[in-house]
Amino acid sequence: MSDYYLNRRKFLQGSAVLGAGLVAPTIFSRAASAYTNEPGKGSVVLGFNVPQSGPYADEGADELRAYKLAVKHLNGEGDGGMLGTFSSQTLKGTGILGRKVEYVTGDTQTKSDAARASARAMIEKDGAIMITGGSSSGVAVAVQSLCQDAGVIFMAGLTHSNDTTGKDKKANGFRHFFNAYMSAAALAPVLSQHYGNDRKAYHLTADYTWGWTMEESMIASTEALGWETVNTVRTPLSATDFSSYIAPVTNSGADVLVLNHYGSNMVNSLTNAVQFGLREKMVNGKQFEIVVPLYSRLMARGAGKNVKGIFGSTNWHWSLQDDASKAFVASYGKEYGQPPSQAAHTCYVQTLLYADAAERAGSFNPCAIGEALEGFEFDGLGNGKTLYRAADHQCFKDVLVVRGKENPTSEFDLLEVVNITPVEQVIYEPNHPMFAGGSLGKCNPGV
Amino acid sequence: MLKTFRTSDRTLMVLFTIFVLAAPLIMAPLGAGYPDLMQRFAIYGIFAIGFNILFGLTGYLSFGHAAFLGVGSYSAVWMLKLLSINIVPAIIFAVVVSGLFALLIGFISLRRSGIYFSILTLAFAQMSYNLAYSVLTPITNGETGLQLDLTDPRILDTVNETSQVASPSFLGLEMGDTAVVQFLGMDLQFNVGFYISALILIGMFYLSLRIFRSPFGMILRAVKSNQTRLNYTGFNSRPYTLTAFVISGMYAGLAGALLVCMDPLAGADRMQWTASGEVVLMTIMGGAGTLIGPVLGAGIIKYFENIFSRINESVVEGWFSALPDGVTDFLTAVVSPFLGSGWHISLGLIFMLVVIFLPGGLVEGASRIMNLVRRLSQTRKTTSSPSVARPLGDDESPEEPPPGSVNTRES
Repeated sequence: MSDYYLNRRKFLQGSAVLGAGLVAPTIFSRAASAYTNEPGKGSVVLGFNVPQSGPYADEGADELRAYKLAVKHLNGEGDGGMLGTFSSQTLKGTGILGRKVEYVTGDTQTKSDAARASARAMIEKDGAIMITGGSSSGVAVAVQSLCQDAGVIFMAGLTHSNDTTGKDKKANGFRHFFNAYMSAAALAPVLSQHYGNDRKAYHLTADYTWGWTMEESMIASTEALGWETVNTVRTPLSATDFSSYIAPVTNSGADVLVLNHYGSNMVNSLTNAVQFGLREKMVNGKQFEIVVPLYSRLMARGAGKNVKGIFGSTNWHWSLQDDASKAFVASYGKEYGQPPSQAAHTCYVQTLLYADAAERAGSFNPCAIGEALEGFEFDGLGNGKTLYRAADHQCFKDVLVVRGKENPTSEFDLLEVVNITPVEQVIYEPNHPMFAGGSLGKCNPGV
Repeated sequence: MLKTFRTSDRTLMVLFTIFVLAAPLIMAPLGAGYPDLMQRFAIYGIFAIGFNILFGLTGYLSFGHAAFLGVGSYSAVWMLKLLSINIVPAIIFAVVVSGLFALLIGFISLRRSGIYFSILTLAFAQMSYNLAYSVLTPITNGETGLQLDLTDPRILDTVNETSQVASPSFLGLEMGDTAVVQFLGMDLQFNVGFYISALILIGMFYLSLRIFRSPFGMILRAVKSNQTRLNYTGFNSRPYTLTAFVISGMYAGLAGALLVCMDPLAGADRMQWTASGEVVLMTIMGGAGTLIGPVLGAGIIKYFENIFSRINESVVEGWFSALPDGVTDFLTAVVSPFLGSGWHISLGLIFMLVVIFLPGGLVEGASRIMNLVRRLSQTRKTTSSPSVARPLGDDESPEEPPPGSVNTRES
């Protein structure tokens, strides 16, 4: 059985096979089209890559509903939603550039690896011309760089980390959602007004890019008020029980707990904090307070009555009374029987913005679309006047500061808007230290 | 006997090579003929083959093999960042690093066998995962994952294009390059990255074949069948099991390196215990201790993960749309929970069926079918001489314990 030897004949055979193997790939060449996945005459495919499992699954499900609604409206079905209120009136419900909009969906599992695999399948198998989605900044950053390499546009969904349009920004990636810096800048005046300028803060932070930048932004803006940061503790994204992280807070001398958590992380950590009686405690002669920098209605619903009176910020809220928001809420409510979340809103808007950019550019070429979006000013999508800044592909608009409602009138009416922070207060220079270090690079059409 | 072994091995090798190289043609009708998934088939095939050298031969069930995959990935990305965008240094470095890492972990873990060994490896893997996730963030970039960057030094590359991040390449061929050929109305995608992985897979399969047939492989089998008896004969088996562990760790490192060469991002998730469990599933489902089994298992699990998970409700509705409304709704309601995000359910069911009815994995199923066919054809020919020919890929001799058995004796 021990025929484990190498003779001249076998060596020659082996070399021949190896040589053939090395030569074979030279037949490969890139396909001849103007850009990756140039769509045919009839239809165009968009890829909706959202978390359907993991800590952000609720948000993912809502995002997917919004995407489906956007596709309906683009194809001229339903009541048109925000198509009617959008300041750029190029979308007529006839698809994009006369092509019917089709879509494929994928599960990011809130993991970078899985999200990239799913996005690659959409690009390589289904011919998606644009990828959108993501409910975790880690995933968004990973998928954005994949789209840059593959030469398709990435319209970021719910991603709030400074890095997405900061040090990890990419020419093919665009973000409508606000970011950690803006949240902190909008929250600071409200916190100062309600809680004073002499506070000791304890941070619990989700351990990934969003948590890090959220914590950094909150520390910067609260310390500017005169607050002191007692401690910062990182918690794993996959954690479901935060008791062991909450217990030390009670003995730390801190009188404010900042929960840099999102999704079910926040639901669980807030519930744990309330169970530990933190909200009834008096520390340093002051009432103990909890702050949740990034809020969403889905989280508020998950946390139930624990959210009452807790401050946070949000990109958009369904109770806004402008025409665009009302049209969107009506259309979404009719379709699904519930009001949309901020994640649903930003995803819907991103799809419309992409479609509009393609119409205005007259092409699906990522470079042409990038050009159409850069420096684009628009209105009528629920956030008032908005600018897509060319320098970092970030949208600038007003930021809402919200608080958990004391007396909710329905299961959806959980947050009240305390303050609409004007865009001037939250804008920053593209080379701000929290955003420095990256470069957009050049747009990549993939060929 | 020796002669039949050789010929059957040669046939196996030839068939395997043809099958792998023709994968774009075979996979296209199954909806799996796109580069990303085919690369995964090949790479996870390598991973499972390596795992099988340890588990299939010695019976040592490592529950932490994903750690080596992750270590390989991270080292390869660092080489791509620091040294060169060429994949060769990255792969070599990754294999060396994961080999050393396996030596360290194996040296400690192999002091115990059975369930204790499994738990030790699991603990090491979870430790590596948590290190990569939070403690070693400067090296691993935590949850976001380590990526290539415009500002990477890449000291061996002379020309640095500054507007785009370079993609990993071999002799000027980028891994993402694909030639699309029209064939019978299908788009066949011949991808550079896949063929590089495929050639390495074939090479690694051959290596594993040689290990299986070598005296070294015999010793490993002896360890599996009764390590205590082996030790009583005055034979020190630990150097052999350690070697098997390191080889298998290097296979995993190679797979990890290839993963990032195809898609240059290394995330901590691929070191999680679920990833370690996945390779165990692959090996057992295909047939532990068989040559072809692990590759088969890897293919099936990756196919489920990537194709079944993407069949959503509207697609299912499309299948049954020709039927009357009520029937469509009913069938959709029955079938769709098993597809899409419920793909784990159907995979779990299939895994249970395989383990219960085919303890030797799918390879056992294939050999049973072949035996059945042979018996039927023999009765038709009414030749009564019993056949001794062995079916392809099945290399278990009857004296050995069943292929799924685990080395449970504590030594």
